[in-house]
Amino acid sequence: MWHHPHAVRRRALTARVLVWSVVGILLVSFFRTQVLSSTRYSLRSELNRLRALPVPAPRGLVLDRNGAVLAENVPGYSVGLLAASPESLVAVLDRIGPLVNVDDEARESILRRYRRDPYDPVTVRRDVPFETVSALEERRVTIPGLVIQTEPKRRYPQGERVAHALGYVSEITEEELQSGTFAGARLGTLVGRDGLERQYDDRLRGKDGVRFIEVDALGRTVRDRGVAPTLEPEQGETIRTTLDLDLQRFVVESFPEGRRGAVVVLDPRNGEILALHSAPTYDPNLFIGGVDPEVWETLRTAPDHPLINRVIQAAYPPASPWKLLMASIAMQRGIVTMDSKMTIPCRGGLQYYSRFFRCWRVAGHGDLTLAEAITHSCDVYFYQLGLKLGLTTILQDAGALGMHERLGIDLPNERSSFFPTSTEYFNRRYGPRGWTNAVTLNLAIGQGENTQTPLNVAHFYAMLANPDGRAPVPHLVGESQASQRSLRLTPEQLHDLREALVSVVEEGTATASRIAALRIAGKTGTAQNAQGLDHGWFVAFAPAEQPRVVVAAIVEFSEHGSRVAPMVTRIIARHLLGQGGLPEGRIRLLVPEDSAPEPVPILPGDTTRQTRGAPAPAPAADADARTR
Amino acid sequence: MPTRAPDRPLLLATLVLVAAGLATLYSSGQTDVPTVAARLWERQLIFLGLGTVAAIVMYRFSPRLLEWATPLIYVTGIALLVITLLTGTGAGTAAGVKSWITLGGLRLGQPTELAKLATILMLARHLGAKRDPPNTLLGLMPACGIVGVPFVLVGLQPDLGSAIVFLGILFLMLFWVGVSGWLLLLLASPLISLLLAFSTVSWGIWIVMITAVLIWLRPYALEGIGTWLANVGTGVMALSLWNRLAPYQQHRLLSFLNPEIDPRATGWHIIQSKVAIGSGGLFGKGFTEGTQKRLAFIPEQATDFIYSVVGEEFGFVGVLATLVLFGWFITTLVSIARRANDPYACMVVFGIASLFFVHVLENIGMTIGLMPITGIPLPFFSYGGSFLLTCFLALGIAFRVATDSRSAGYDAV
Repeated sequence: MWHHPHAVRRRALTARVLVWSVVGILLVSFFRTQVLSSTRYSLRSELNRLRALPVPAPRGLVLDRNGAVLAENVPGYSVGLLAASPESLVAVLDRIGPLVNVDDEARESILRRYRRDPYDPVTVRRDVPFETVSALEERRVTIPGLVIQTEPKRRYPQGERVAHALGYVSEITEEELQSGTFAGARLGTLVGRDGLERQYDDRLRGKDGVRFIEVDALGRTVRDRGVAPTLEPEQGETIRTTLDLDLQRFVVESFPEGRRGAVVVLDPRNGEILALHSAPTYDPNLFIGGVDPEVWETLRTAPDHPLINRVIQAAYPPASPWKLLMASIAMQRGIVTMDSKMTIPCRGGLQYYSRFFRCWRVAGHGDLTLAEAITHSCDVYFYQLGLKLGLTTILQDAGALGMHERLGIDLPNERSSFFPTSTEYFNRRYGPRGWTNAVTLNLAIGQGENTQTPLNVAHFYAMLANPDGRAPVPHLVGESQASQRSLRLTPEQLHDLREALVSVVEEGTATASRIAALRIAGKTGTAQNAQGLDHGWFVAFAPAEQPRVVVAAIVEFSEHGSRVAPMVTRIIARHLLGQGGLPEGRIRLLVPEDSAPEPVPILPGDTTRQTRGAPAPAPAADADARTR
Repeated sequence: MPTRAPDRPLLLATLVLVAAGLATLYSSGQTDVPTVAARLWERQLIFLGLGTVAAIVMYRFSPRLLEWATPLIYVTGIALLVITLLTGTGAGTAAGVKSWITLGGLRLGQPTELAKLATILMLARHLGAKRDPPNTLLGLMPACGIVGVPFVLVGLQPDLGSAIVFLGILFLMLFWVGVSGWLLLLLASPLISLLLAFSTVSWGIWIVMITAVLIWLRPYALEGIGTWLANVGTGVMALSLWNRLAPYQQHRLLSFLNPEIDPRATGWHIIQSKVAIGSGGLFGKGFTEGTQKRLAFIPEQATDFIYSVVGEEFGFVGVLATLVLFGWFITTLVSIARRANDPYACMVVFGIASLFFVHVLENIGMTIGLMPITGIPLPFFSYGGSFLLTCFLALGIAFRVATDSRSAGYDAV
């Protein structure tokens, strides 16, 4: 009988045990989930509902030496989207496409970035005008997942006037992100592309903040603000440069309109760069908010290469300014003094074996001392000086002065100047018997296998300008740093060289550019250019007794250095005397002109000016032997 | 005249559960995104009123009258299930399931829930009339038949969850009537074989075990061979049966085994439910404050997964309280069954306890990932008129049985 009370009571007990065991089992598993794994699930539930939006940190300011702003930030807006699936992203893009101008290519990139990180908002467009933002805000209901961020936007108030020193910023590329070029950068970070922006990117960039928005299960934004504590962004470091904005502007204005070239102004005592201009220039503001591909293409392929910083990324034959280097090497070696004369006086050229090496002045300079040769830039004198020094010595000493190296300025992509390090170079290039000692003559007057960046030339003149024959590494930011290079001349020798340079301006090739109130030392030069008109150099420092400023300038296709000289002396006057110290009116160039001597073919195989197979003027094999 | 006051412990447990359930349902409608659950608690209040009336009516019914009417009720229930199967419509997330009976486009209710009670009554009538419990498999067949008809009809809707409820009720009531555990094991063996068939090794072990048990138990030869063949047969058929399941049913079973297989689709429910419960911690996020619920991460937060809201907002403390409450509620029903005056009432009340027990186990077990996902409502918590009404009808019967047994002086036993 199943219904006997005892039997029922026994089963009721079993049933109770069953019920409470099930309750127990459930409690144990709830305990495990809610108490033991609570942290894990809490985190997951927060991750569910919160989306972290990076708050971009404003980049640090860039100031000139007096505190004038060179690069700053203005408020901008960026439009982003949160989407649950690629399909819904496309649908929303279709809806907002006409408002924010998303073309097919941009759409591809948006989808690609979305797939990389589907849980965070994907940036649709940066630097959106305020009208667009308000238009989007009005339609917010129909645009689920719309995220509008205020975002500091870079602005360069000086525009193209300080472009090359500053560089510009743009969004990090996916390749850079993968290769880790910029430590700490994330998708969408603006990174420095050139100039100081690139060089000091890690200091300027600052620390991005984080803010949270709350989303529902479908990824729609539910609450925009105040859902979780915000991590404020930290602005990047403010960087004070050595640039003098006033001088920089003056340099840009003084530079001949429509010409290409470069000007660098530095303080020889500490290496501080006061102005740096490369022409043609560009407006770095064009790159803000994503450069228009057409503009970019134009800038990149323009024949005059506006993106190149000619001060450090272009090298020119140093021409006559190089003669000072030859003089200082010879003086250091004790081969000449300022009063030394060469065996052959200048009669408009020098016969070296079968070739005639011309002086720029066809009439000739006559018998000159070294000081006079510098003043009049006599080529014949320096041909002989070069031969006296010998090729090996020239290569060795110029190399010791760093004429084949980068200087190490704090700007990215400085190219190294070119100068052969040993005769091995000629062997490699022309073959062991393919060249003659005639290369020495060309090297002696700053032509031939020798190209120097304007910065390197300026630095050499800074060494000349300083009493100890050394000069700190040119820089735009921070402390000056001693350079390894030294002329190793006595102060008297340096003084004499400076005096010779003064007389260049006072009575020599640059007389037209003298300014009464200042004693300016300088050297003109004309760099041969096989492609067209010659490039004009002028390198100067002042005041001659205690130089406080060095200016190196090159103007491409200007035929002659003395055309450049007035601009440089004006820059020096402006810097040392201020606005009122400038002479009235345009400075007109008079005579004489230190034009480049006709390039002398030095190579037996050179068929451009010589018939093939003509006898070599000097036996190539003993070129080396003779210099020894 | 005996006292007519309802059983105090059961009344108290019921009231607390109803209050907690209503509060949770209210909270489940408090979300940051528009949801259909927003005002469901108000409609649930109406159902509660209707339920109370139904309970009082049932309370008036003598168990004798009920026993007399049982065949009619059972046949009506089956008829409704058949009609549902022929004309039924789906609703909500179970749109593909024909579980609603509709009249002129108006959804009247889900007969499945009422059929559960009707089946309990019929089973109680059948088993209660026996002097001794069946001791052969053949003797269990009528009971199996009584449950089998609605089981098949519900399974055809298809409503896997409710079908499991019918099975649970059958086994628990057979246990209550005193059927030996071994016999129940043999009865269940084909089902176990079916489940184990998905792993060849475990199924092989099972067949060896069941063969050993059969040899040891020595049932009638025919039964023994029949059981053994059924075991082998279901094992062999398992694959084709699996293929006949609807894809969503397959997915549910698969994601029950490993929710992370497809966290965005089928595993979503169970993962989000566990995240909600787990993030509740010890004391919960506070009434109506659950973020998983507010932002619609919990699916079906007013019906199937309402217990996730309890876990999220009241934490482990709330879970402990409600589970103990449910345990107390069900054991109180068991006590009433034990004290019942007559076998029929005894069986009915235990069947009702079984109904609640299976629902609680299946629903709460599902929210924490112990049970596969089925659309089984949680008594007093989940929104739904038909089930609430069924619960209150059942409670009316239980209260009547409790009162009757007390007035008969059975209390002392």
